[in-house]
Amino acid sequence: MDIIIVGCGKVGHTLVEQLSSEDHNIVVIDENPNKIQYLTEKFDVISIVGNGINHETLIDAGIETADLLIAVTGDDEKNLLCCVVAKKTGHCNTIARVRNPIYNGEIDFLKKEFGLAMIINPEQTAASEISRIFQFPAAIRVDSFAKGHVELLHFKIDAGSPLVGLKLLNLHSSFHTNVLVCTVIRGDEVIIPNGAFEFKENDIVSIASQRHNAISFFRKIGIMKTKVGNAILAGGGKISYYLARTLLQSGIRVTIIDISHDRCDHLCSLLPEATIICGDATDQDLLSQEGLENAQGFAALTGLDEENILLSLYANKVSKAKTVTKINRITFSSVINELDLGSTIYPRIITADYILKYVRSMNNSKDSNVETLYKMANGKAEALEFIIKADSEITGTPLQNLHFRPNTLICCIYRGGQVILPSGQDIIQRGDSVLVVISGYRISDILETLGD
Amino acid sequence: MNYSIVLYILGFILKFEGAFLLLPALVGLIYRENEGFAYIIIAAVCFLTGFILNLKKPASRSLYTREGFVTVAFSWIVMSIFGALPFVISGDIPSYIDALFETISGFTTTGSSILTDVEVLSHAGLFWRSFTHWVGGMGVFVFIMAILPLMGGSTMNLMKAESPGPSVSKLVPRVKDTAKILYGIYIAITFCELFLLCIFGMPLFDALTTSFGTVGTGGFGIKNSSIAGYSPAIQNIVTVFMILSGVNYSVYFCLLSKRVKEAFKLEEVRWYFLIILICAGMIILNTRSLYPSLEETARHAFFQVGSIITTTGFATTDFDLWPSLSKTILVTLMFIGACAGSTGGGIKVSRVVILFKTIRKELSLVIHPREVRKIRMDSHVVEHDTLRSVNVFLAIYFVLMIVSTLLISVDELDFTSNFTAVVSAINNIGPGLELVGPTCNFSVFSAFSKFVLMFDMLAGRLELFPMMILLMPNTWKKR
Repeated sequence: MDIIIVGCGKVGHTLVEQLSSEDHNIVVIDENPNKIQYLTEKFDVISIVGNGINHETLIDAGIETADLLIAVTGDDEKNLLCCVVAKKTGHCNTIARVRNPIYNGEIDFLKKEFGLAMIINPEQTAASEISRIFQFPAAIRVDSFAKGHVELLHFKIDAGSPLVGLKLLNLHSSFHTNVLVCTVIRGDEVIIPNGAFEFKENDIVSIASQRHNAISFFRKIGIMKTKVGNAILAGGGKISYYLARTLLQSGIRVTIIDISHDRCDHLCSLLPEATIICGDATDQDLLSQEGLENAQGFAALTGLDEENILLSLYANKVSKAKTVTKINRITFSSVINELDLGSTIYPRIITADYILKYVRSMNNSKDSNVETLYKMANGKAEALEFIIKADSEITGTPLQNLHFRPNTLICCIYRGGQVILPSGQDIIQRGDSVLVVISGYRISDILETLGD
Repeated sequence: MNYSIVLYILGFILKFEGAFLLLPALVGLIYRENEGFAYIIIAAVCFLTGFILNLKKPASRSLYTREGFVTVAFSWIVMSIFGALPFVISGDIPSYIDALFETISGFTTTGSSILTDVEVLSHAGLFWRSFTHWVGGMGVFVFIMAILPLMGGSTMNLMKAESPGPSVSKLVPRVKDTAKILYGIYIAITFCELFLLCIFGMPLFDALTTSFGTVGTGGFGIKNSSIAGYSPAIQNIVTVFMILSGVNYSVYFCLLSKRVKEAFKLEEVRWYFLIILICAGMIILNTRSLYPSLEETARHAFFQVGSIITTTGFATTDFDLWPSLSKTILVTLMFIGACAGSTGGGIKVSRVVILFKTIRKELSLVIHPREVRKIRMDSHVVEHDTLRSVNVFLAIYFVLMIVSTLLISVDELDFTSNFTAVVSAINNIGPGLELVGPTCNFSVFSAFSKFVLMFDMLAGRLELFPMMILLMPNTWKKR
């Protein structure tokens, strides 16, 4: 597919990286020649120095034949305008990043009036991901599927957990539970385990399940925690705002600490129920005063990744709070994964995943449609939800008779309000939502999971 | 330096060369020549070596600019080393140094020969000589990239090292698709010429080798008299195709994608045609008295100008006998060279245009010391980095030229021969003047001088930097 990306900041960069590795033809537009230079040296893309709103620049980039334009410059208005110009010039679908809270209530209006295929708000997406973690602190990451009816819950096996040394095939007999183990991340590796697989300390396990089954399973393995009642958010940026709003709605008390007086003022007028503290979040005394030791949730959301990491390490040391660390820029994932940071959130990757899902669903196969997509362990594995639109080889045959490619797992079938954790006898029908976990290859259609 | 990836890619190159070597073997079979077996043997050697080098997958696939440049430089050297072997084994060129010179001259599309009589060569040998032009013209990496998905984004580093011109731009987003388009155009032009030459009565074998030599802007003829022995119509066809091969290939891409206006607006190409017209016109006036008719004068003038500016090096007449003005014009054209993004060599028209604009800018700064002025090409501002690389290119170019002339002057030949030999080697042209003129050859030089010229040819074809990098001790340090 021919894709134009306007703006190569953090999100633009991640998008170029992901999309060019998925065999799309990419043209990048940015006003900064140095950024452009860097990108073209690193990836197999073509680039144009210029303003993405400029009609001529867009024509140069081939807007007339492009399939998709993604506007991710730092400026909301520019992104919207760029999409409008692109839409009027070519016939492409357009995606804009719009993140200013004042437009937040008007997303649907903007989408409709400007003819956008999608509006992304990385900050809001990140905030809802954090709020899911605060709602369910036993997990370090919660991905939701089938409109929230099924979840993929990731948790870490600590020392002393009853799972250590257990074989997967004994899991059900030991705990009498209705969850399906999908993936295990061990070090840099992603494993889709079979019955002989043995759990070890520090494995990060993901299970597919409904919420109430997951709760009983987590209770049995002794890591269940109730949802957090109060949370401290260090840093008062856009993510903090969106997060505070969601948390407050579900009755969680929120304290936001930010160093800028103006920002605090602003937040205070937007969020009357939250406690806004004007001060330095890296001040240990201040954190103690605000009750970090007794906090149940702590999110490090300042603009500096290094500061966030330190704050979370400190929070984990002095309190039992569920911690979430935002990491925006730095890429030393192998080091970060070894630190005790609780959950880490990468807004740029969340955004890229979101757009990737859209791009894959644009491939427009007639059999199935990508509904949700999450990447795990730096993209080594993916969890995808497909809506089965038509009958094909995969429908109507018991799963045990289908030949799937290696490293493929059908985790869950959602049919008319009912969740099925499939066994060999189950069949996929038209209209089902199917959750698939794969590793080592990429798909945009469920039929591609079948081997030869 | 990531040596393992360099060796791994070299393995690929050798496998491809093995495949290429099967073609002259086929020619040998058709003409029932025993020389064909030499090509089969060397093809097998290439496959085997390539296979051994590819056995061990490289530990790290990182291919930075440094590895890219070194890989390209080495590949061209290794290709030439193996490509020269069949000449020796088949007995066509008994001396290995001579064979190596001939092969490097072929791959770099220079067309300088050490043979005093090419007509005694086997058909297989003549075919391989001309075919090296065709492979070297567009570049072997471009070919490989069109076929194999080598290694993602970093392949740009390989293309950068191999493609001519001050700044390398892709035609379409993917390197692979760009390479395919380039080779598509290249093959199409070759076939057009082959077809026309055959229609106008050239034997198929001659037409094939001449097409390879023209489109790759090489210049190996299969006759001692180069193209002079063929009919005027054939000479004119060759003239047209030489000039077309020296045009920036993005013109053809624009035409193919129906952006005709854009194609005719390219400043470099306009200058290129203007230079050809002016120089040919001046030579016609200057040499009018040498030939019986105006038609013949014009034909020879255009042929020689086209041959020299595109750095092909075919000849229809001995221009060493022309008056001094005409000879000087030709030597000047040697420096200018073809367009960037074509198969030709030389400094490249776009660099020359940028240089002249730089000179104008600097002179203007003397008059208005505080003036702010930008250099533009095709109404785009030329980036500072591009300007710098053009200036550095020119500096290296002249240093290399002077040092090389100094080195080969130990042979005690006359200055014109030495100087034009070096100029023709660096610019990948072929003939020079006096002792290395169009009717003579390079066999007069000593082995040492031949090595110097070989280095110059490779440096010229790869746009200086990849070969010069090999001389930097830092390149070889472990990272």
